[in-house]
Amino acid sequence: MTAVLKVENLAKHFGGIKAVNGVSFEVAPGELKALIGPNGAGKSTCFNMLMGQLKPTSGRVLFDGRDITGRPPREIWRLGVGRTFQITGTYQSMTVAENVQMALISHHRRLFAMLPRAHRLYREEAMALLETVGMADQADRACAILAYGDLKRLELAIALAHGPRLLLMDEPTAGMAPRERIRLMQLTADIVRERGVSVLFTEHDMDVVFAHSHHIMVLNRGELIAEGSAAEVRANARVQEVYLGGGTLFATEGADA
Amino acid sequence: MGLFVAQILTGLANAAALFLVASGLSLIFGVTRIVNFAHGSLYMLGAYVGVTLMAALPGHFGFWGSILLSGLIVGLIGVVIEICVLRPVYRAPELFQLVATFGVILVIQDLALMVWGAEDRLGPRAPGLTSVVRILGEPVPQYDLALIAITPFILFALWWLITRTRIGILVRAATQDREMVGALGVNQAWLFTGVFFLGSALAGLGGAIQLPKGGADLLMDLNIISAVFVVVVIGGMGSVTGAFLASVLISVLNVFGVAYLPQSTLVLMYVVMAIVLLIRPYGLFGREEKAGEHGQVGEPDRPVRPFGTLGRALTGLLLLALALLPVFGSSFSQVLVIDILIFCLFAASLQFILSTGGLVSFGHAVFYGAGAYVAALLITYADTPMEVAFLLAPISAGLIALVVGWFCIRLSGVYFAMLTLAFSQLGWSLVFQWNEVTGGDDGLVNIWPSAWLSGTTSYYYFTLVFVTAGILFLRHVVHSPFGYALRATRDSARQAEATGIDVRRVQWIGFALAGAIAGVAGALFVFSKGSVFPNEMQISKSFDALIVVFLGGVKTLSGGVVGATFLEGVKDWLIRLEYWRLIMGLLIICVVIIAPDGIVGTLRKVADRIGLGRQEEASR
Repeated sequence: MTAVLKVENLAKHFGGIKAVNGVSFEVAPGELKALIGPNGAGKSTCFNMLMGQLKPTSGRVLFDGRDITGRPPREIWRLGVGRTFQITGTYQSMTVAENVQMALISHHRRLFAMLPRAHRLYREEAMALLETVGMADQADRACAILAYGDLKRLELAIALAHGPRLLLMDEPTAGMAPRERIRLMQLTADIVRERGVSVLFTEHDMDVVFAHSHHIMVLNRGELIAEGSAAEVRANARVQEVYLGGGTLFATEGADA
Repeated sequence: MGLFVAQILTGLANAAALFLVASGLSLIFGVTRIVNFAHGSLYMLGAYVGVTLMAALPGHFGFWGSILLSGLIVGLIGVVIEICVLRPVYRAPELFQLVATFGVILVIQDLALMVWGAEDRLGPRAPGLTSVVRILGEPVPQYDLALIAITPFILFALWWLITRTRIGILVRAATQDREMVGALGVNQAWLFTGVFFLGSALAGLGGAIQLPKGGADLLMDLNIISAVFVVVVIGGMGSVTGAFLASVLISVLNVFGVAYLPQSTLVLMYVVMAIVLLIRPYGLFGREEKAGEHGQVGEPDRPVRPFGTLGRALTGLLLLALALLPVFGSSFSQVLVIDILIFCLFAASLQFILSTGGLVSFGHAVFYGAGAYVAALLITYADTPMEVAFLLAPISAGLIALVVGWFCIRLSGVYFAMLTLAFSQLGWSLVFQWNEVTGGDDGLVNIWPSAWLSGTTSYYYFTLVFVTAGILFLRHVVHSPFGYALRATRDSARQAEATGIDVRRVQWIGFALAGAIAGVAGALFVFSKGSVFPNEMQISKSFDALIVVFLGGVKTLSGGVVGATFLEGVKDWLIRLEYWRLIMGLLIICVVIIAPDGIVGTLRKVADRIGLGRQEEASR
């Protein structure tokens, strides 16, 4: 089984700060993989490098065996990587359906067309995607008046528009109510199962992480400190130390510095 | 050698006033993020107040005291402006604030006319500094040397104020993060007012201190403002040191330009600015503007919809009425409507890039002027048939927009606006100073349409067809995939990039399209008047378009057209009044503060409230 995403020795330094320092991992097809870690561990930096928002200091990112390191986000998207953001960035002046249609228009490379009416283009496809995330009934509402949880679901529909093989989700449930979180992750897990999409996501909510991910990686201070199934990670001494605090943590730190 | 030194000294002396005005503007921008277009007016007020005071107060003490007092008085005037006009709009998008300050310019112009009259005032000479000094054989006025000696002290005083005092710390903190300063318990409103006082006082000082060299007249506000903007943009918005270096650079450059390249003094300044911005997009000492996560401030735009049956019917009726105008209207009314139609098309093209594209261009007139001048040049020099010239004009305007856009699109927000302004000024100075080709101030004349269009009525129909087609085309593009893509880049550039949209390319093409349509308007204009003059490319032409888009409603599709019709219609009788600028300025300020949605936006809200219009959910 070849990996969909392969990350080799990825590093990002901001001046003297090593935000991400030599991270390597793989995401297998159909895998739902979580990247967790305390605040400032480097999760978002790592994500931004995968999707091209940031250029890594060193290391490589391979998608389907193809080197995508440092390519701009739009090219990586075209290769088949979808992304959702920690803070949603939907188009406020469009309706829910139009937001999805916009991604479809881009996918079908009709961005520079000036003749057709955009709100009629790919409407069926957009409605099908909205159906998947349970947003079809809100298709013609203005995006600006949606509740936050609905925006998150809409973002998922947009990210699925070009039939990606890999979804990168940066804190998909941030800012949502607990019940909505479970529902959104259940939805994501269903999509992974049905469409064979691989998902890599970061998350703070441990319930969400342990309930749904097949595989968990733990990042701390820019380095991967543990990897494995939910049970393995839970039992890992270093992870417990990072999350719960251990008497040795500060001692080790002192030694490092 | 002597001449060379003398010229450098003159340049340095000229830099004094420029530096004072520019540093004030820069400080105000740094803290309040307001680009104060009325800053030149404060400079003008400084000069007038100075002249009046100097006449009343004699002697050394009177002269220098008058300069200081002028600064103080203009500073207080600035405070009044800040409290009355700007405070209500701090939270509005930057375009609103710009338009408000433009209203202030008009008001101050007419107030100055009322108080001091239309005649130019000569500044008194500084007592004790009336003669010249010979340096290497060349005469250098003593007052120039005094200015050169004073400037470093002002720079030092500002530097001390900003780096060594508590006020300075607050100002610097606010320049970096306004919200944080507010959160730490600093009264932002008074900090802003204080900075506005300081900045205005500096402009007033600048106006008064240059009196022995220049005097006071009613044109000096607009004359200095473009140089000041060039200085602030080159130096970096918010940087006093940058303003100083750039003032010296520009002043010295100007003096040498006058001596060695008298044909291109104006062009030179903008070329330097363009080069600096290419290498350092945020100026020599400027910092990259960190926009918020998502650009839009205030209420989000509504989703767009093509006209329904009612809208189409009304548009059809309007077109029918316009088509019937020659039947019952006089020839004069046709000429008037031609003017209105052309202005509508020009405004619609600006509205397209400004509202749909979110790109606030301050120099849109350059494409309008380009269309007019290309057509006129083709007719004058190549004897091109009118039809061909009419076709080539918008194409050339579009190509020019492609080139200008390539430079400008890389910047955003205020810097984008400034660079478009610089390019339009570049275009204007080119046609203004390239006498041999463009006729300079005398313009190009005898540019008449072909025989079949020579009658007023036939040209009226010609204009009506092209303006209607142009406006409908732009409206259609807004609803097309490209229009949606353009809107996507405006709503969230990050999301657009993350879904395969090349943000810069989309904006670039949109910018060029708007330029080409403005070119159509320009070509229509030149053949309707038979002549073209450089003022068609002036800043004020770009501002006219901005103002009508604003009057009509920025967040609407038809605002530009409605605003243009309104303004052109009203202007005809408004300019017969002596103080029409005052009325216009007050009107603009009122719209900014009271009805920021513009005519169309306000009507739409009223319609929503009383239950007319499409049933949509309220966005709040």
